[in-house]
This record gives sequence, C-alpha cells and structure tokens, in this order.
Amino acid sequence: MEFILAILIGIFYAAGLYMMLRRSLVKLIIGLILLGNGANLLIFLLGRITKGLPPIISGESPVFLGAYADPIPQALILTAIVISFGLQSFAIVLVKRAYTVVKTDDLDQMNSTDQFS
Amino acid sequence: MLTAILTGFLFSLLLVFAGKYLKGKLAILSALVPLGLFIYFLQFVETIANGEIISQNVEWVPSFGVNLGFTLDGLSLIFCLMITGIGFLVFAYTAAYLKGHEYLDRFYGYLGIFMGAMLGIVLSDNIISLFVFWELTSLSSFFLIGFNNKEESSRKSAILALVITGFGGLFLLSGALILGSVAGTFTISEMLISKDLISESPHYIIIVAMIFVAAFTKSAQFPFHFWLPGAMKAPTPVSTYLHSATMVKAGIYLLMRFTPVLGSTEFWNSTLIIVGTVTMLYAAIHTLFRTDLKGVLAYSTISALGILVFLIGLGTEEALLAACVFILVHALYKATLFLVTGIIDHETGSRDITLLSGLRKVLFPVAIAGFLAAISNAGIPPSFGFLGKDLIYEATLHFGNSAIFLTALAIITNILLLYAGFLAGIKPFSGKLPENFSKVHMPSFLMWIPPLILAVLGILIGIFPSIIQESLIQPAVTSLGENGGDVLLKLWHGFNTILALSATTIGIGIMLYFLIKPTKKVEIAIEKLEFISPKTITEKFGDAFHYFSSLWTNLFQNGYLRHYVSTIILFLVAVMGYTLLKNTRYRLDYSSFTALTIYEVITVAIMIAGILYTVFTKSRLAAVAALGIVGLTISLIFVYYSAPDLAMTQFSIDTLTVILFVLVLYKLPKYLNLSDYKTRIKDGILSIAFGALISILALEVLAEPQSSEISEFYAENAYLLAKGKNVVNVILVDFRGIDTFMEIAVLTIAAIGVFALLKLRMTAKERITTENKK
Repeated sequence: MEFILAILIGIFYAAGLYMMLRRSLVKLIIGLILLGNGANLLIFLLGRITKGLPPIISGESPVFLGAYADPIPQALILTAIVISFGLQSFAIVLVKRAYTVVKTDDLDQMNSTDQFS
Repeated sequence: MLTAILTGFLFSLLLVFAGKYLKGKLAILSALVPLGLFIYFLQFVETIANGEIISQNVEWVPSFGVNLGFTLDGLSLIFCLMITGIGFLVFAYTAAYLKGHEYLDRFYGYLGIFMGAMLGIVLSDNIISLFVFWELTSLSSFFLIGFNNKEESSRKSAILALVITGFGGLFLLSGALILGSVAGTFTISEMLISKDLISESPHYIIIVAMIFVAAFTKSAQFPFHFWLPGAMKAPTPVSTYLHSATMVKAGIYLLMRFTPVLGSTEFWNSTLIIVGTVTMLYAAIHTLFRTDLKGVLAYSTISALGILVFLIGLGTEEALLAACVFILVHALYKATLFLVTGIIDHETGSRDITLLSGLRKVLFPVAIAGFLAAISNAGIPPSFGFLGKDLIYEATLHFGNSAIFLTALAIITNILLLYAGFLAGIKPFSGKLPENFSKVHMPSFLMWIPPLILAVLGILIGIFPSIIQESLIQPAVTSLGENGGDVLLKLWHGFNTILALSATTIGIGIMLYFLIKPTKKVEIAIEKLEFISPKTITEKFGDAFHYFSSLWTNLFQNGYLRHYVSTIILFLVAVMGYTLLKNTRYRLDYSSFTALTIYEVITVAIMIAGILYTVFTKSRLAAVAALGIVGLTISLIFVYYSAPDLAMTQFSIDTLTVILFVLVLYKLPKYLNLSDYKTRIKDGILSIAFGALISILALEVLAEPQSSEISEFYAENAYLLAKGKNVVNVILVDFRGIDTFMEIAVLTIAAIGVFALLKLRMTAKERITTENKK
C-alpha cells in the first residue's frame, strides 16, 4: 500500500503543479487544492501508516497497551486541512471579485505592474 | 585649511536656503567666496617660498588610519591659486552669462561643491580622503555637464563623463588601498620614506597601473579621452573652469603628487611617455577637423594634457619644471579662449568657426583677449607661452638617446596647437563682419573683463617671469622631489637650438593657419571613422550591457506567475534529481509495506480517476465535483489508516469547499483553455518530473528508520497530564493549545476577508471604468 500511496502522492503533486501553471485563475485555485491534498497525504504517509489502530486510549487504562498510529502527523494534517480551507475560501472569493472588477481571469492580462521594460 | 575646503560646501548649503536671493542682481556676490579664498591662499605664498610646508591634521576615521590630513606645499599652492583665482573670474562671468537663469542658484551650488572638492584633492595628504574629494569632483562635474537637463545630448554626455571618471575613481580607490597596505600608511608624505619598499614590492606594477587608470580617465588621456569633448555640452563657464583649467588637471596633479613616491622606474616613465605622446598627437590632429569652437578647444585641451603627462613621464628635473610652468600657461590661455568663446556664443548664438568672422569690429576688448591668448598659446614672445614652450623643448632635447624623436613629436603637437589657438582666438575676429552679426553688441563688463585679465596675465608673466619664479614655480618643483635650487625663468636665452625650434614651430603653425580652412566637409568625412573610436566602442559596450541586463531581467522577472513557479520547480527538480540519481539505491523492501485489500485499490483508483478528470475536463462544475470526489476518497484513506479525526475534518471541509465553489461558480470566469498545445506539453513534462521526484523522495524517506520519541511522549502523557484519551485532540487543544488558538484567529481573519469581499459594492466610479472596459 505504501508504494501505491507514494505514486498517488506523485500524481497529486504533478496534477497540482500542472494546474497551477495554467493561465486561468480558477485552475490555479484547483491546482492549489490538489497540491495541498498531496502534501497532507505525504505527511500522513511519512508518519508511517497503520491499519485499524487509531491513537485513542481505550478502556480504563491511562496509557496505551498495544501499538497505535502516530498521532503527530494527524495533528499536523488536521491543522493543515483547516488552514488550507481558510486559504481556499479566501482565494475563491478573491478570484471572483477580481474577475468582476478586471473582467479577465487570464493571468497574463493581469501582470501590468511587474514588468521591466 | 579644512575651513577653506568647507567654505565651498557651506556656500552650496547656504544656497539651498538663500538661493532665490542670489538669482537676481546679487549673483555677483557669490564671486566673493572664491575671491576670499584666493586672498587667503595668497598669504601663504611667502611662507611656502621660504621652503616651509604647512600641514593640518584632523582625525576622521582613526581606526582605519583615515585622517583628514592636509598639506600645503608648492605644488598644492599653484593648484589652489588656480582653482580659486580662475574660480573667482568664472563665478563673476557666470553672473552675467547665465543672468536670470531659472537655476542660477543651483549652478552656483554645484560650482561651490566642485571648488571645495577640488581644493580637497590638492590639499589632501591622506590618500583616502583624496579619493573622496576626487569622487566629489566627478559628481559635481556630472551635474554641471548635465546642467541643461532638458537636452538629451547633455544628459548623455553627463552620464558618459560620470561613467568614465567614476570608473577611474574605483581604480584610484583600489590602488590607494593596495598602496596603503604596502606602505603601511595612507598618508602621502609618510610614503616618501618607504619609497624603496614600495617600488620593490611585487604589487608595484598593480598600484601604478591603477593610479594610471585613475589619472588617465580624469585627465582625458587616450583611450579614455572621449568624454571630454562631450562634456563641452556644459555651459561655457563650466568648460572653462572644470574641463580645461582645473578638474581635468586633477589627474596630472595625482601623477605629479606621486612622482616622488612611485616615479623614476622604467614602467612609470615609459608608460607615461607613450600615453602622453599618443594623446597629444591624436588630439592635436583632431583639432584640424573640428568646426565647433568648443570642439577645437576641447581637443586642444586633451592635447595639452597629453603634453603634461608626457613631461611627467620624462621625469627629469627640466621636464617637471616645464610641466609646472605649462600647467599655469595652459590654464591662463585656455581659460581665456573658453571665456572668449562663451562671449561669442552668447552674443552671436553661434560657435561655428566657418560662419564667424570680423567680430573685432563689435567686440573689440574681447578680440584683444582672444588675440593675447592665441599669442601665448602659440608661444610667440614675449608671452608666458613662449617660456613654457622653451622649457618643453629643453626637456625633450636633453632626454638622452631619443631626444630628437621626442622633440620632433613635441614640435608637431605644438604646431597643431598653435593652429587651434589661432582658430579660436583670432579667426572669429579677423576678416569681414557678416551682415547678420552687425547688430552684435558688447556683453556686460562682467563677461569681458575676466578673459582680459587672464590674457594680460599671460603676457605679463612672460615679460616678468620673476613674479612667479621664486614664489610659485620653485617650491612646486621642490615638492616634486627635485632640489629645484636653480630654477631660472627668462625670456631670452640667446640664439640657440631652442630658439630655432620655437621659430620653426611658430612659422609652420602660422603657415598652417593660412593654408587650412576648416570646413564642414572634412568634419563629416572624419565622422565616418567614428565607428572605430574608443567612444563608439564604449557606447556599444554600454548598449550591449544594457541590452543584456534587460534581457536577463525580463527572462527572470517577467511578471508571469507560472514562469516564476516553473523556474523554481525546474531548478528544484534538476538539483534534487541529480542528487537522487547519484546517491539512491532504489531498493524497495516490499515486506515492510502493509498489505493491500480490494477496498483500498478501488479507493485509490477512484481518486486517480478523479484527479485526471479534474485536470482534463472542460467544465467548471465537473471539475469542482471531481475535486469533491477526490476529497472524499482522501477521507476514506484516513478512515482505513487509523485517523478518524482526520477523516471527519476532511469530510466536512471538503463539503464546505465544494459548496463555496458552487455558490460563486457562475460568477466565475469560463473554464477556458488559454495555453497552446506546446506549452501544455512542456508544463506536463515538468509536472510529471516533479511528481516523480516527490514519489521517489517519499519512498526514500520510508526506507529510512523513523524516530518516534515525541509521539511516544504525547501518547504516554495524554491521559496522565491532560486527562484526554484521544491523543490527536489532546495534542491540538492541550499540548499545542496556543497554536490552535492562533489558527482560529487566522481562520477568523480569512472569514472576515471573505465576508468583506462578498459584501463589497463597487463605487459608481469603479462601475464606470468597468463598463468602459467592456
């Protein structure tokens, strides 16, 4: 499974980057989301995946008795998912707003300030 | 002495506040500043003539051994008197020349800074402070050349001059630093003691070469001479003051100042002789092809500077004496000729030598000044110029084996210079007065008195050379390291070779003046050769540099987000890919991997299909839906692999994102394919390479052993310390509670942003602009 997940993460990254390189603003956001998902899975995988052993202490015992999945990557990813939602929602609304004002979503037509002649 | 130098700067500073009062009739008052300084320096003449040296030392940056040390000796004194004396006349002249000019105060400000800096150069005993003043003269020269800042050619010339002299300045700094470290001191007078140490040092050649570049750029020596004719775009007072009498002599001063320290070696002497000779001949020949009065004067100035470098290169006592005298001679007659040209330009509006003639009838006193200056320039007795020329021939004639050759070169140069001087000083005033100049009238006395004073001085000193013989020339020669005990300037040496040579020079020169008439045709013809001149080469180099830098900048700073991203990724892939290819074993340990089940395979298959669909679909809605599916399958993966909290979060967040997307979807732009086929293939290849890199990295990391100390700490203490059994939750709200708190803050800010953007209405004005864009 790890091998397949690693390949899957590669696909996420490749697709995310490809979408980010498009000129359309919407595709840029979708690329960002894909890349974020890939990063989450990467952290998850590198924390070593364990099947069926959630990091929850069961029963009356104050400590773990058997094996358990690593809680730290999970905590990190949880934070990442929530934060990336903040970013995504802001970006979506910003793109919508930018489109209403400048009437284009072609990134190439928006770069009037950054060019040196 | 520090006060004297600062006076110039303080004067400029004062003008910032009081400038507007100085633009009118009070402008003449500013001439009091150089006059005061001139009188101040005059009082030292006697002391210096007695062989004393006055010095003053002010600590500046003592930790680096950089002090504001000033020394006034014979050489410095000559320069100081020239700077302030000619300065006084130029300041007065300017009051009339630029009368009522909008930026007259600014002009005086630049002149004041220049004067202060120039005094700083000739008085500095510390080589670092000398460098600072050196650069200040370059800067003030830049502003003065570009004074007519609305003309493109002025601005271009100013930049060219700054680039060349600034370039030389950098060499001066590095030369000074090496010299200072070899000699163990930055004080010039202390370097004299360690002369042998310096000339035997392995760095001697480098030091001298750097000092040479500095001096040659400043004093317009071939092949750095070309900025000077361009600098003539400046108003005439500037050309007089900076570009003939004082600033361009700073390089000469530098060479003279270092003659006792670095001189008398094969490298020093032969380089200077060669460069000086080439410059004096090259520039002298060029005067034949000019029709602009200032152009003629510019090239003859370069030629005169070449003579000075040549004389310093000869390095004998006679040659150095000749150089000291010639500096004064040249300053007097060249300043006069420039001022005369300025008057002609000011009154007739033309500087074209082919058009000007007969002006003596309307500008008589000016004609006298021009005539006297031409006489002195030609070296016709009884002028001061005759003395100077004699000394030059004496120096070349007594120079060992190549005496005849060098004398011949000097004669040719002098003949051509004579021609140039006659062209500028006599030609405009002789002959018939053309109709259109008959209404030309005399300028204010402020303009014609200064050149007349200088011209008369040029004759007076020639008749009575004793005025300066012991008071100025002898101390100057002494400070060049020669004993100078028997300096004797006199007009009449009896009938000898030198007199014959002078007579030949004058005879041929005058013949040349009557034979050759400057025409536009010749000037145009010579311009065709311009493409191989050092000026063109430098400009081409500058253009190429500019072209290359804008190419480079546009390549990397092109304003396209995707180019930035692809550049970064490409670099990352290349660097990491190289390392991975070299150091990776590519050995997968399948036994350590968890087993596959059918559920997982299906989930992953759905996910891959979802990703591909998101990327390749042409519909926005389909893309968003597919993205939702991808999110949900991720949450399934989390479920399989013991992360229930993640699964729940992913599920809800994914749902929210899709909802938000759909809400604004129809207000979003159409999902167009904007890139062409080729770009997509290129991006695709880069993306796949990047994905592959991440996959390999992930597998490589998995092959390494994992450290789980921190996880164990949290797991063991979750219940004991925080009374929670869900370790992930305990980490988030307890162990890392502050982080989570921050995260909530970030989300709140994002939410406010989203709300504001959604509620924001366009103002009426914005709406109009958007309407127009449609």
